[in-house]
Amino acid sequence: MLNRYPLWKYLLILLVVVFGFVYASANLYAPDPAVQISGQSSGMDIDERVLRRVERALEQAGIDYFGAEADGSRAQIRLNTADSQMRAQRYIQEELGDDFIVALNLAATTPRWLERLGASPMRLGLDLAGGVHFLMEVDTAAAIHRRQEINSDAMRARLRDERIRYSSVSVGDDNVVIGRFRNADLRDQALRELRREYQNLEFSTEDPQSEGASYRLNAVLSDTAVREIEDYALSQNLVTLRNRVNELGVSEPVVQRQGRSRIIVQLPGVQDTAEAKRIIGKTANLEFRLEALPDSLVSMRDEFEFRSESDAGRTAELERQVILTGDHVANASSGFDHETSQPQVNITLDSAGGAMMHRATRGNIGRRMGVLFIEYRTTFETRENEFGEEVQVPVQEADRRIISLATVQAALGVQFRITGLDSPAEASELALLLRAGALAAPMYFVEERTIGPSLGAENIQMGVTSVKWGLALVLLFMLLYYRAFGVIANIALTVNLVLLIAVMSLLGATLTLPGIAGIVLTVGMAVDANVLIFSRIREELKAGSPPQSAIAAGYDRAFVTIMDANITTLIVAIILYAIGTGPVQGFAVTLSIGILTSMFTALLVTRSMVNLAYGGRRNLQKIWI
Amino acid sequence: MAQEELKSINFMGWRKTIGAISILLLLVSIVSLAVNGLRLGLDFTGGTQIEVGFAEPANLGEIRTLLVEQGLENPTAVYFGSETEVLIRTQGAMQDGALVLIGNRLEALEPGAQIVRVERPAAGQAGLSQVIVLDGVSAAQVRDTDIFDRTYFGNVEFAQVEDGLAVTLENSLDVAYTNRLLTALSEHANTDVELRRSEFVGPQIGEELRDEGGLGMLVALFLVMLYIAFRFQYKFALGAVAALIHDVILVLGFFSLFQLDFDLTVLAAVLAVIGYSLNDTIVVFDRIRENFRLVRRGSPKEVVNFSLTQTLERTLITSLTTLLVLVMLFLFGGELINNFATALIVGVLVGTYSSIYVSANTLLALHIDREDLIPPPKEGEEQEELVP
Repeated sequence: MLNRYPLWKYLLILLVVVFGFVYASANLYAPDPAVQISGQSSGMDIDERVLRRVERALEQAGIDYFGAEADGSRAQIRLNTADSQMRAQRYIQEELGDDFIVALNLAATTPRWLERLGASPMRLGLDLAGGVHFLMEVDTAAAIHRRQEINSDAMRARLRDERIRYSSVSVGDDNVVIGRFRNADLRDQALRELRREYQNLEFSTEDPQSEGASYRLNAVLSDTAVREIEDYALSQNLVTLRNRVNELGVSEPVVQRQGRSRIIVQLPGVQDTAEAKRIIGKTANLEFRLEALPDSLVSMRDEFEFRSESDAGRTAELERQVILTGDHVANASSGFDHETSQPQVNITLDSAGGAMMHRATRGNIGRRMGVLFIEYRTTFETRENEFGEEVQVPVQEADRRIISLATVQAALGVQFRITGLDSPAEASELALLLRAGALAAPMYFVEERTIGPSLGAENIQMGVTSVKWGLALVLLFMLLYYRAFGVIANIALTVNLVLLIAVMSLLGATLTLPGIAGIVLTVGMAVDANVLIFSRIREELKAGSPPQSAIAAGYDRAFVTIMDANITTLIVAIILYAIGTGPVQGFAVTLSIGILTSMFTALLVTRSMVNLAYGGRRNLQKIWI
Repeated sequence: MAQEELKSINFMGWRKTIGAISILLLLVSIVSLAVNGLRLGLDFTGGTQIEVGFAEPANLGEIRTLLVEQGLENPTAVYFGSETEVLIRTQGAMQDGALVLIGNRLEALEPGAQIVRVERPAAGQAGLSQVIVLDGVSAAQVRDTDIFDRTYFGNVEFAQVEDGLAVTLENSLDVAYTNRLLTALSEHANTDVELRRSEFVGPQIGEELRDEGGLGMLVALFLVMLYIAFRFQYKFALGAVAALIHDVILVLGFFSLFQLDFDLTVLAAVLAVIGYSLNDTIVVFDRIRENFRLVRRGSPKEVVNFSLTQTLERTLITSLTTLLVLVMLFLFGGELINNFATALIVGVLVGTYSSIYVSANTLLALHIDREDLIPPPKEGEEQEELVP
């Protein structure tokens, strides 16, 4: 008998292996630390002139650079080390001023042809690249409490309007809105009224147990409503965090939701935790102010620019007095006016905010009210430290711009709307800005990890060393133990490693230290399938089978075992991924991919090599195994 | 495969003795886990740890004293990999240490002075991170001291509020405190120090991870059992799970006995051990199943012995190659990965042993017999291939 694969099978295997090599090879090109320069607004020209200024600044500071390029909208300069990258950022920012955004960046060095194939190197995790990791807990309970307070305010107003007399309406423990009434009749009237109005609340009643107690009406949020509030609070905080993180000018930041109430923020390369925490933990950034009267004192008003590009250059003067800040904005959504079908933005404030708004607007109907959106920018300022040395200190600058200026039509309360918008797109943009400026629910840090750059570099070094030594020893052992077949197994093992790296790069997986451990472990375990096959072949030979049938039987018999063993391990890896976070998931991903690639190489790659080497020889007497 | 006689090593001849040893090891592990417990890492306990690199070897005793002076609650300091690397750990957040220190110094400045609360700055106070409200002390008094040293806190603003003196800080307490601690360490040791890594894990995270880790292990065991019961037979499932539980308890016992740090990566290693040990066990079971069907003679014990002998070579080689890379990982992988490698090395050793003794032992104890695997499921493919 002969062991042969049809030609297409050889070609297919070859194709996969070649693909593996191509995509894995992208990892040979480590990205350069770089600084990217773009304009504060999109209309700015970032051309050769800007580039020359930057180059001059760097030369003066004595920082080596290379590969400076500008394409009209942004410029990029590559540097030799991460250390000079940070210094360069500071000097360039100083030279160019606040109209430019100067951000740290990693510039790919992958050749053009590889890039065109979509091949890019694996991203390094924080433990390898250095940087900051934050886990923020969004206090969704506070958001839910706030929603119930807003509900209870609105209910009171509603009952007043309907002339249903109540003793009190308040929010009790466990976020229950409790309404108290003199008698059952009033209570039931209120129940009918409110139930129609509040679809997302679950109402129940309680009759007095003792003399003198009141008839109660309880309203709790339904589970779906609670979920919605949580989702809303979280997504709003996500938007806010993304905006803030972008201010930091970090390359490839990660801002991700984790679970029901948490957000992960990862800032590779950032060393200044203080700065990062300040920006991330910032308070709300919206201000509502009335437009200044023409005859008011100059000291009582400020002039602001409009934020939108269509209004570029337009300004308006607002009172210095702030009515309220984004802290009090509970919700903002865009929609349409039922009657006129004009786009509008609906705003909901909390009860304190509603009261402030009411106080400020009731005597000012007909005047205009402006909404300011505040963005913070970090600039560097030269200060003297205690040793008399000049140091660069990051300073935050608030940049306030008007996002809406509308006429107050009536005394405003908890809920009001902004109309007169040009398009639905403008309305949703405004709603988005309002939400981003508001703080949905307080956040606090529940986990914080900083890894220094030197530790990261050491970790890479140590990881690579252990992979090298582990691989070398396993290759040597296999060669000595299985001789000719050992060579085949070793080629398969190498291909396996290449494929593993290729798949990880393609999937955009992040390489972490536990991920490297996973690779090392895969190297050790990947030979298992080959060992199983080779042992079987040896057994068959011992039992007297001729080599060709021994090979065939070895592969076939081992197949079932390999499948069973690997599927169970895969189950464990998937569970590991499901329950784990960060580093553990990295390990699980590597392990799972390793299992799959090792099955491919052990079963198909080695078989094709064995078939090519021995399969066609009719009179094969002896094989080296 | 029908050989004249079943030449094999009599593994199961010593099954009672070995079983007793296994039970003894399990008992030792369980007792140690009950008495010593696991030395849980930061991931599970919550708290703060910082890794500080010194230019010269550091003195741990002095560092501990200094840490207590600086207001840290139950601080520990241990070498991490070398004598110039020190891992400092405390139960709370760095902010707690800062508050204790500030409290102590306020008390010394003006008896009765204290911290009322810490809050976030109001909107509009751009660029400032925290407000700390003090009682029983005036701005002038505090301003003259270095309690709120600008080197660490950046810009500091004082303002009188309803219930005391509000001090608004540019750098948050924990950041300022960490820097202060580093300076103190550097001055004390009279050498350069470098903050290599800092980690803070909130208490609720630790608790969740403990729960999830335990749950993950149980789910893994259950699903694996289900798969084996489906692919083999329930006695095999019980045998495999017995081996897995055995391995997990021994690895945990090892960590408890030697009081090694058990963190998230070690948990990952334990789960990987489950995967590895399972791999081994399945290979053995596969042979046992096959031999029960092919070899029509021999007692169950003989069949098991025969199967174990056949798979012994493979078991040893795979364990050896895996151990080779793990030892490399242990030697070159660095301190962070050390415990991970240790757990896997112990796990692979124990797993190799358990796939031979524990799982097969359990099978025999459950009176596995040919009848359990008859009628055999469709294996027509294999039968055809048997024609030489």
